Amino acid sequence: MSGQMKFKGRVWIVGDNINTDLILPNKAFYLTHEEQTQYVFHANRPGWAQQVQKGDILIGGHNFGMGSSRAAARSLKNLGLACLITESLNGLFLRNCVNFAFPALECPGVHAAFTEGEEAEVEFETAKVRNLARGTALRGKPLPPQLMALVQAGGVYQLLEHEGLIAPRK
Amino acid sequence: MGMTIAEKILAAKSGRKAVVPGDVVTVDVDTVILFDNNFLPTNWRDILKVADPEKIVVTFDHRVPAPTQQAAAAQVTGRAFVKKFGIKRFHDVGHNQGISHQLVADYGYAMPGSVLLCSDSHTCSAGVFNCLARGVGGPDIIYAAIKGQTWFRCGETVRYELTGKLPTAVTAKDAFLQIAGVHGAHATMNVEYGGPGVASLSINARKTLTAMSAELSAEFATFEADAVLEEWMRVRNPAPFVPVKPDADAKYLALRKVDLSALEPLVALPDSVVNNSQPVGQAKGTRIDQAYIGSCANGTQDDIELAALVVKGRRVASGVRFIVTPASQTVYRDTVASGAIQTLLEAGAMIAPPTCGACGGGHMGVLGPDEVCITSSTRNFKGRMGDPSSQVWMASPATVAASALTGFITDPREFLQ
Ligand code: SF4
Repeated sequence: MSGQMKFKGRVWIVGDNINTDLILPNKAFYLTHEEQTQYVFHANRPGWAQQVQKGDILIGGHNFGMGSSRAAARSLKNLGLACLITESLNGLFLRNCVNFAFPALECPGVHAAFTEGEEAEVEFETAKVRNLARGTALRGKPLPPQLMALVQAGGVYQLLEHEGLIAPRK
Repeated sequence: MGMTIAEKILAAKSGRKAVVPGDVVTVDVDTVILFDNNFLPTNWRDILKVADPEKIVVTFDHRVPAPTQQAAAAQVTGRAFVKKFGIKRFHDVGHNQGISHQLVADYGYAMPGSVLLCSDSHTCSAGVFNCLARGVGGPDIIYAAIKGQTWFRCGETVRYELTGKLPTAVTAKDAFLQIAGVHGAHATMNVEYGGPGVASLSINARKTLTAMSAELSAEFATFEADAVLEEWMRVRNPAPFVPVKPDADAKYLALRKVDLSALEPLVALPDSVVNNSQPVGQAKGTRIDQAYIGSCANGTQDDIELAALVVKGRRVASGVRFIVTPASQTVYRDTVASGAIQTLLEAGAMIAPPTCGACGGGHMGVLGPDEVCITSSTRNFKGRMGDPSSQVWMASPATVAASALTGFITDPREFLQ
């Protein structure tokens, strides 16, 4: 991936400690990646996944993504969300964001800086987050260079496929 | 400057003199564990090369025996992978099978000072063996199997200094619920357990604390090594090892004391264990439909024997499904031999084959609409064990067994004196 990763989109807001089972519940495990996206927040916010538009931005609270190693970040990406900006990220969830090249940033203060429906502009590499409705700006924590490189490479599978270490997906 | 256990292993495995919080390091991985979910059609990517088949362990645990065609297909893919690369440490359905984290304990797969990866979040369980073990993503596992390496971000460390001895009917699960209830999430942090109270805890009890540390969102959970640990390893794995001690001047984010002798039975209310615990007495009278003992945190011989002690000579309340799932075939055999399984059967428990089963809401005890379960397993998220409207309370195996007898959440001290 070349150039800057820059996103502009309408924001959705969720609270602290959003867990992976809410994003990708067990009962969706056997479905296709596309079908799995329809179960995001099915338990706590039924009907939400169906309202998300491509390019929307998700804002979270503390410890976003706590829980399991399941590919929950992949579902957020496949749902069409451009990125995730959150007060803090669970360490395992961060790994999967990197693995599946889903841009996720920690940005203290972001939860209070937005109301659902407002428009945000995000520069991923520099972790600059702007609230376009209010004209305010925040500075998050950029990903460490090593992890940024993995995201820019399109994630782990892309990398391994490129190096001829895993077979292409049939 | 001194280092904590986690920092020391990170430094050793990344070839650095020192590692400090904030560092992102690439480390060599000693053990990579794959399990059935890795091989599910939506997850699996066909690996063309592995770094070292001797470093790989494969088990089927989340869905065993296969409850669906997809789960069965995952096992077919897994067996083909094992055959293709000649993987010796393969725990197929049968004699040696079990939940991955229990197998690590049963077979001594996690040597002190080593690095172990598995794409199940409770992999931190193996930190009980004075090593660095972490749950990672599925792609991380495929990467590590191929390249023999992974990356870690070093966090700050919180140390829990355990003192005293647990009273009757109070367990390590209660100690965990105390820590989670008071201190909440530990996202980005390591937890280190030590202190004079450790000596009184069995490896199984200590393992409850490390496994449950996933619920604290901790990065790594580690225990110091002692004679009990060294003996455990010695009878299971002849490989030599050097225990890792924290430096005397190691820098901790916080040092917190937990007096085991002052604890009482606790429960976590449904949906989270973060700042969500209360004494069992406050939940007294909550009606239950299901009582579950099992999982990588509390499906050990100790847990099953404790449950048997509670129910001995009594009967499970009518209308309650009491499901007991040994965490491995070894645990199952040992608890048959000790008579605990017989006691539980006579009381009316259902014994399920070793699997994650109900813990992950996959099979063998899935909850229906509005049902209430009390579980000794690892996780009580909304909808975790079944329907989103079901409720999952979490407690020790003693409390779960006592509740199975009455049909209501019950203080185990009523049955154990
Ligand atoms: S028992 Fe539960 S927590 Fe443990 S590995 Fe299985 S699903 Fe995960």
